[in-house]
Amino acid sequence: MSVLSYLIPISLVLGGVGLLAFVYTVRSNQYDDPEGDSRRILSKDWDDRPKP
Amino acid sequence: MPADGVLPPSAAACPGCIATPVRAAELPLPDARLSLSLPGIHCQACIATVERALEAVPGVRSARVNLTLRRAMVDAAPDMTAADLIPVVEAAGYEVHELDQGALQATATDRAGRDLLMRMAVAGFASMNVMLLSVSVWSGADAATRDMFHWISAAIVFPAIAFSAQPFFRSAWSALKARRLNMDVPIVLAIVLALVTSLWETMLSGHHAYFDAAIALTFFLLGGRYLDHRTRAAARSAAEELTALEVPRALRFEDGAPREVAVADLRVGDLLLVRPGGRMPVDGAVVEGHSELDRSLLTGETVPVAAVPGQAVSAGEVNLTGPLTIRASAVGQDTSLHRMADLVAIAESGRSNYNSLADSAAKLYAPGVHILAALSFLGWYLATWDGRTALNVAAAVLIITCPCALGLAVPAVTTAASGRLFRQGLLIKSATALERLAAVDTVVFDKTGTLTAGAPEVVNLSAVDPGAVAVARALAEGSAHPLSRAIARAAEAAGIAAAEVTGIVEVPGYGTEGTLPDGRRVRLGRAPWVGAEAGAQTEAWLGIGGAAPVAFGFADRLRPGAAEVVVALQAAGQDVILLSGDSTGPVADLARRLGIANWEAEALPQDKAARIAELAAQGRHVLMVGDGLNDTAALAAAHVSISPASALDAARVASDIVLLGTDLAPVSEALRTGREAVKRIRENFRIATVYNIVAVPLAAAGLCTPLIAALAMSVSSISVSLNALRLK
Repeated sequence: MSVLSYLIPISLVLGGVGLLAFVYTVRSNQYDDPEGDSRRILSKDWDDRPKP
Repeated sequence: MPADGVLPPSAAACPGCIATPVRAAELPLPDARLSLSLPGIHCQACIATVERALEAVPGVRSARVNLTLRRAMVDAAPDMTAADLIPVVEAAGYEVHELDQGALQATATDRAGRDLLMRMAVAGFASMNVMLLSVSVWSGADAATRDMFHWISAAIVFPAIAFSAQPFFRSAWSALKARRLNMDVPIVLAIVLALVTSLWETMLSGHHAYFDAAIALTFFLLGGRYLDHRTRAAARSAAEELTALEVPRALRFEDGAPREVAVADLRVGDLLLVRPGGRMPVDGAVVEGHSELDRSLLTGETVPVAAVPGQAVSAGEVNLTGPLTIRASAVGQDTSLHRMADLVAIAESGRSNYNSLADSAAKLYAPGVHILAALSFLGWYLATWDGRTALNVAAAVLIITCPCALGLAVPAVTTAASGRLFRQGLLIKSATALERLAAVDTVVFDKTGTLTAGAPEVVNLSAVDPGAVAVARALAEGSAHPLSRAIARAAEAAGIAAAEVTGIVEVPGYGTEGTLPDGRRVRLGRAPWVGAEAGAQTEAWLGIGGAAPVAFGFADRLRPGAAEVVVALQAAGQDVILLSGDSTGPVADLARRLGIANWEAEALPQDKAARIAELAAQGRHVLMVGDGLNDTAALAAAHVSISPASALDAARVASDIVLLGTDLAPVSEALRTGREAVKRIRENFRIATVYNIVAVPLAAAGLCTPLIAALAMSVSSISVSLNALRLK
């Protein structure tokens, strides 16, 4: 059962990474315009370099 | 690996999505200064076209289109105004309106929504992890392994609940401080008792710990809270967008020339210019100019009144023909428009005692749950003299009965129903409006602007000599007055071409005149000016030379869907009443056309409110549909109220539901959906009760394991949500 002492911390850390990633997306306004963002990806405008 | 707590906000919970309330302020353009509403954009090409067009304008630093909100935020040099940008977007082929940045501010930051989302994410993360640990306990982990899993669960759950259950703690505390019970009191009690007994059990290395139940409960309940918040915020944001579309500006004379200023900056004594078609920004008196005023939004009268120097004008009246200079006598909060707010406050006090279904359920439910838990604790304690077992059983009873499904029962249904109504063009502003709609048995309509479109149409064109119509069309085309436009439109529809009339001039406040090729003078306008006797109906007179003047009669055009909605409501057994501030003739005529037997004309604002109060005293539940300032008090007094989007701001604020399109037909649909929603809410309460009836005896008998508690909770929450989605 000693494998638990690795697996439980690993699973908690991975879950925590997901949680932090979600908090980051909320804080950086990534849900402001879900409809627009899903369309913007189709446009070719800034394919070669990011918008300044 | 535990699935983490990532829960993107569901797009399905967003009714129509013109108004996702979440986080509009902290856009990538923190100093976005100008916002434009773009109702017509729909594709990725539109985004690119509009952004490119805006960014090509000198002075614009950057522009970003938000397709979800159908808005563009523009960061521009300080001296740019929306007026510089609107032609650019219009040239690109899109409909565009300016939005008042001030009115949008309130929805711009949705701290509450973001806060709930964060708490939900933390609760979701914690419950997934704890659930996985619990699965191994349920499937047979024992001794040291079980204890270790319990301790790890405790270490995850305590901080998670301390953070994510705060809204419940706060709400329960404020209810207890006011010596009331609400739904949050049993919730908090269940969570706290479950945590305390589980910790105690874990210390004694017992078998049952309810950490998973406590955190899952928090997660489901936060889900209900978030749905509720989203529905309300979406409606509030759309309502504010309507307000923001009316940018309050006025033209003030400064050093002899009119300059555009914000209405908020006006002072008593200022001289203002009101152009034809403009709305009076303040109360005042006419100093210079002749024109006509449309008072229909304030009084319901459809006949325009003449405006001459010295006459008093009120904020909200529309100037029709000539430019007027007015001197402000009352501004801002002192105008007659705002004084109406007092009447509204009085009327509203009658409605505030409405108890929502959720509240009345909580009133029954909360004491029942507490008594049940206390009884099972007492029973077990007296039977076994074992405090630990008794406390465990009491905690199990509280967790099983915890109103998890009840907390979802109402928000899930209202979210589904308001989303459905939004797609039909109805904006539900008040949280309990749907429940109140279901009780309606009497529908009261205002006339002008509600059942009618507020635009006149010629009724006697076929009775007038075509030669005269041709002359009238020629004169009418020289004016922007609504009656002239109606004559031109009717003549065009009848296929009568304009006669040859030269030297057409509009005399503001009177009419239009010109000369026929044979030298005769022709006039189209007010009765005394043309040399006729004024009648009671809305009329325009045509005088050709010395011949007897010819009258054009007008009636208000029906709003699309008005006839259908009256028929549908009467067929559904509703009592339909017409209540108007207009004179008897037109009201009787309209009532006859629509088949409304019960009507009242020349009603003052307080008469309307009194009539509604009288109906309410008879035990009727009144739905008031109105748009004018004179309806505001009645809208606030009614059990539930609807106003069209074209209504004055004050009327929209006073009503529970705003009709976004021009068609009235969704009103009868709204009543049906309201009934359906209440039926589903009651069904949901019944489902939640059935689960309780099955599970509570188990819990009280001490047979309830954490596995059963987790199952009962999840299954009841899911079945309640699915039932809500069945709403048609």
